[in-house]
Order: sequence, then C-alpha cells, then structure tokens
Amino acid sequence: MTSKKTNSKTYWLDNKKNVDKIWYALVTICAISVLADFFYHKHVAHPIEDFIVGMYGWYGFLGCVFLVLSAKVLRKLLMRSENYYNEADDV
Amino acid sequence: MFELPPGIILILGAFLIPFLRGTARNAYMLALPIIGIWSLLTITEGSHFALSIFGYSLSPVRIDNLSLLFGYIFHIAAIISIIYAFHIKDTVQQMAGLIYAGSAIGGAFAGDLITLFVYWEGTAIASVFLIWSSKTENSYRSGMRYLIIQVGSGVLLLAGAIIHFKQTGSISFNKIGLTGLGPALIFVAFGIKAAFPLLHNWLTDSYPEATITGTVFLSAFTTKLAIYALARGFPGTEMLIWIGALMTAFPIFYAVIENDLRKVLAYSLNNQLGFMVVGVGIGTELALNGTAAHAFSHILYKALLFMSMGAVLFRAGTIKGSELGGLYKTMPYTTGFCIIGAASISAFPLFSGFISKSLIITATAHEGHWIVWAVLLFASAGVFHHSGIKIPYFAFFAHDSGKRPEEAPTNMLIAMGIAAFLCVAIGVFPEPLYAILPYEVDFIPYTTTHVVTQLQLLFFSALAFGWLMRTGLYPPELRSTNIDSDWFYRRLVPNIITKIIKILVRLDEKARLMFLNSLNAIIANLFRHHGPAGLLARTNSVGGSVAIIVTLLAVIIILFFANY
Repeated sequence: MTSKKTNSKTYWLDNKKNVDKIWYALVTICAISVLADFFYHKHVAHPIEDFIVGMYGWYGFLGCVFLVLSAKVLRKLLMRSENYYNEADDV
Repeated sequence: MFELPPGIILILGAFLIPFLRGTARNAYMLALPIIGIWSLLTITEGSHFALSIFGYSLSPVRIDNLSLLFGYIFHIAAIISIIYAFHIKDTVQQMAGLIYAGSAIGGAFAGDLITLFVYWEGTAIASVFLIWSSKTENSYRSGMRYLIIQVGSGVLLLAGAIIHFKQTGSISFNKIGLTGLGPALIFVAFGIKAAFPLLHNWLTDSYPEATITGTVFLSAFTTKLAIYALARGFPGTEMLIWIGALMTAFPIFYAVIENDLRKVLAYSLNNQLGFMVVGVGIGTELALNGTAAHAFSHILYKALLFMSMGAVLFRAGTIKGSELGGLYKTMPYTTGFCIIGAASISAFPLFSGFISKSLIITATAHEGHWIVWAVLLFASAGVFHHSGIKIPYFAFFAHDSGKRPEEAPTNMLIAMGIAAFLCVAIGVFPEPLYAILPYEVDFIPYTTTHVVTQLQLLFFSALAFGWLMRTGLYPPELRSTNIDSDWFYRRLVPNIITKIIKILVRLDEKARLMFLNSLNAIIANLFRHHGPAGLLARTNSVGGSVAIIVTLLAVIIILFFANY
C-alpha cells in the first residue's frame, strides 16, 4: 500500500454544501426529463406509456427503491460472517 | 498471407514466453493478438482446415459474420488485458492468459462440436491458473471448484455431442434446438458456462479470487464464448427468454448487498449475460444482432470496470466497499475511466451499452413479451443502481476512508484508456459495430423517444439512490459473506458428508470394539491354558519329571505284565 504524505488539500466535494448542490441539480434534471415528455411525439413501446407521464422515471425510481429495500431484507436471510466458509486467508 | 486457425497463434505463441525477458516479452505478447486480428481481417468466409478423424468430419475453422464478430472482440480484449498486465513478471499467468484467450478465439470459430469441446476445455484448464496465481488458500479452493464445474461442463458437452452424433449422424455445430437428450446435455453445458441461474455460482465465487490482471482476462472470454455457443446452437429457444430474464433480475439483489466490489462486478456481469440470453431466446434477427452487439460492448465496459477496480485493489490493497472511499482525490484518472465504464454498462446515451442493449429491449417489445420487457427495464434501472452508481460511489467517493493511494501504473491507465475510448466511440458512432453484426441492421438508437425515456429511467434511478442515501435507508457496506447457491456444495453437501462420515466412524468404532473384545476373550482363554499359570505351560523340576516318567513306566510295566 502506498500513501502520499498527508494530503491536506480540501476538495470541492469535501464541502457538504456542494454535495447538496449536486443533489438539487439531480432533482432538477429529473423534473426536466419528465417535462420533456410534453414536448415531443413519443413512439410508445407499450400503450401504458401514454397514460403515465414520465412512466420510465417512476418505474426506475420505484424499481430501485424496491430493489434496495428487498435486498436489505434479503441480507437478514443471507448475510453471514466474512469467514463463514472458514477458509479465510484474507487479503 | 499465412494461414493459421484463429487462436492457434496465441496458444502456440504462449510457449515461447519463457524464453523472452522484460520489454521484449511484453512486446512479443502484444504482437500475438495483433497478428491474430490482422489475419482475421484477410480470411475468407467458409470452412477451413476440414479434416476427417475416426469417421468424424471436422471443420476446425468456420468463418461467418457471427464467429468473426466474436473473433474480433476476443482479440481486442486480449490486447487490452495484455497491456493491463504489462507490469507483472509471472510467466505462469502470462502463458495462461494467452492460452486462455487463444482457446476462446478458437472456440468461437469451431465448426463442429468436437473442436468446440477441445477449445471449451482449453479455456477451463488455462484460465484456472489465473485464479490459482493469487496464491491464497481461498483462491486455491475457489479455483478447484471452478475447475471441477468448468471441466464438468465440457464433459456434458462431449456426452451430448456423441449422443447427438448417434442420432443425426452429424457433428457439425449449427442450430441444434432442444430436441432430445443429446441437445439437452449440450444446452446444460452451455448453460453452466453462461452462468444460468443456480448454475452461476462458479462465476461470482472465482472471479473475485483471481489475480488483479487475471480477472480482466476472465471477464472477457468464458461467458461470452458460452453466449456465442447459445446464439449458434439454440437461437429462438423460448426457454432462454425466461432464463435470461431471471438472470438479469436475480443477481442484482446480491450486487446491492455485496461488499467486495469485484464480486459486485461479477454479479453485474451475470446480469448483463441475462440480456444476451434473452436476445438468443427471442431469436429474431433484431434480437440476435442485439445479443452480438451487446456481447461486443459488454466485453469492453466490463473489462474497463474490472480494470478500474483492479487498479484500486493494486494501489489501496483492498477492494471492500466498507474500507474504501474518497480515492478520487489521488486516483483521478482511474475514477474517470471507472465512470465511463459505469456510464456504458448503465446504457447512458452516447455510451456503448445504450446502442447495444436497446436492440434487445426493442426486440422483446416487438415480439410482445411484455413481462420480460418490464423485467429488463427493471434490471436496467438496477444495473445503473449497483454498477453505475454503487461501484464508483463506494470506491472513489462516499465517506473519505483517509486512504491516499497513488494513481494506477501507466500501463494500467493505457489499457483503461483504450477501453474507455472504445466505449465512447461505439456509443457515439455505432455504425461500424452495426456493420459487422450477423444480420442487416435496420435500427436507429438515437431517437428522441428512446433518449428521453432512457434518461428518465436513469436519472430517477440515481434519484432513488440519492434519496435512500440521504434518508439513511440504504444498507451500509458491511464485511460479510452472502450465501448464494454455492452454499449447497460448500456447506450443505459437506455437512451431510461430515455427518455420514461421523456415523460411519461410530459404526466402525463399534465393529472394531466388538472384534477387539472377542479377540481379548480368545487371548484370555489361551492364557488360561498356555499362560505362565496354565496347565500346559507349567515347568516341572527334573526330579519331578523323572518321578512322573518312572511312575508312568511302572504303570505300563504292571499293565503289560498283568496281561500274562
């Protein structure tokens, strides 16, 4: 392992406020992407897309929340100690 | 021009590596795949080197659009992997890497099942050395499991090929279709190597155990050779649509909770294979083009991601999400390359995954497979979530781990740079890739609808990640092992065997005890008669003996004379 002498330089992301800026930028971009649906003729793959504005957005959001929360539940079932198989000779 | 079967130059060439040193060795290793791809550019379509052995007519080299596409990308992957491994001096790994790549290339051009079998086993045996070269107890055991499963797949393939030959009289490797026992065995053999659900575990078990450079090789060849074989042998097999859909969805749950970031990539590799398998299952020209194109771009971005995580492991000494964070400060180039790989696997517009995955998803919609279509969309959001965000986030950003590792070595940066360049180039100019696909392409990836809907899907997935992070709902990275289907053969079966052995040992002990007891009884009996105190072992004085003999003599004489 190599490490430089203590790097005291502060980076743009070290400031919590700048992380917040990224977050609000992301929220704005999401809103824009949904609004964009009103400004072009959509070639829908499935009729449901005509009923829900920003269908892909909702689907992606809910899909990911479902993914993470169910993975959390799965963890209770699946998680064991790191040396579970008892053959560790660890990195 | 010279004529050599594709792949052979890498396999034979590997045996000269030990005779070269330093820069000459590196230059030589790099030259082999370059010559290989050059010879592919000039080769003519059709069957080459046909020969007949024991009544089997073999065609070791079959050149057509599908095999050429895999031939090209396997060569490119070999070139990138070799540059990435320039800094290592381990002859075993270097030879194994080249023989492995050569075998995969050879397999992609195999025109018959026997030739395919030979290369199939070649990839298995050569590649295991990339795992064992880690030289840890874990990698040794994992490599053993890997080897058994991989060779097992080859044995199934051979058995299936022989039965298929008996039934059809043909050993040629074309569309087989799931008809009867022979094809079923071949199908399972392909399925093992393609990491079908529940047959997948060798992948997530062994790839994270391989060496830093070995994993980059591994990520490219074995599974994509299997995808090629499925596309060749079983296009349009309905079952594959469902298997593939399951493959896209099932591994991503594991990827979310896995701490070893190379293992996260192995799970997402499995998920990406699912898209390709769905494409094979649908089997239309659009879908098969999608599978081929996705295999091509996938090899590049997956290698790029494994390279960036390898660089982190190389410099920081660990690849556990729980120990990393803040590395962007000292590894900015690696961070940048990783983000390009992440954007590509997530199928952001202008990156390679976008122009290849969309062929497959569009094909599912065209055929009206709406459930599968919805699963693929979910998996697309999920892959962005765990590969696109989780990997770069936990390694390079997140909380600052205080680690300040050096930037990756130059050769690693060059290899990552080439892969990153190709990811972007394919995304921006898809036409050259579309031109070499197996069928004519009538598809425009960059339509307003497609770009906007894809951006919605991705931005909102990022929003979900951000929201879960900010609310603290996101599960933290924890040092852990998550049990997967390998539990059956690493825990359940060994446990059962241990129990059986315990019972046998107890029975054995009892049997021995019984035997020993009866032996003791016999000995005690013998002792009574023959022991020091036994009648038959008593020693008498000479006088006593003479007295007995004289008495006996007297008795005999008396009895003798008494007769008269």
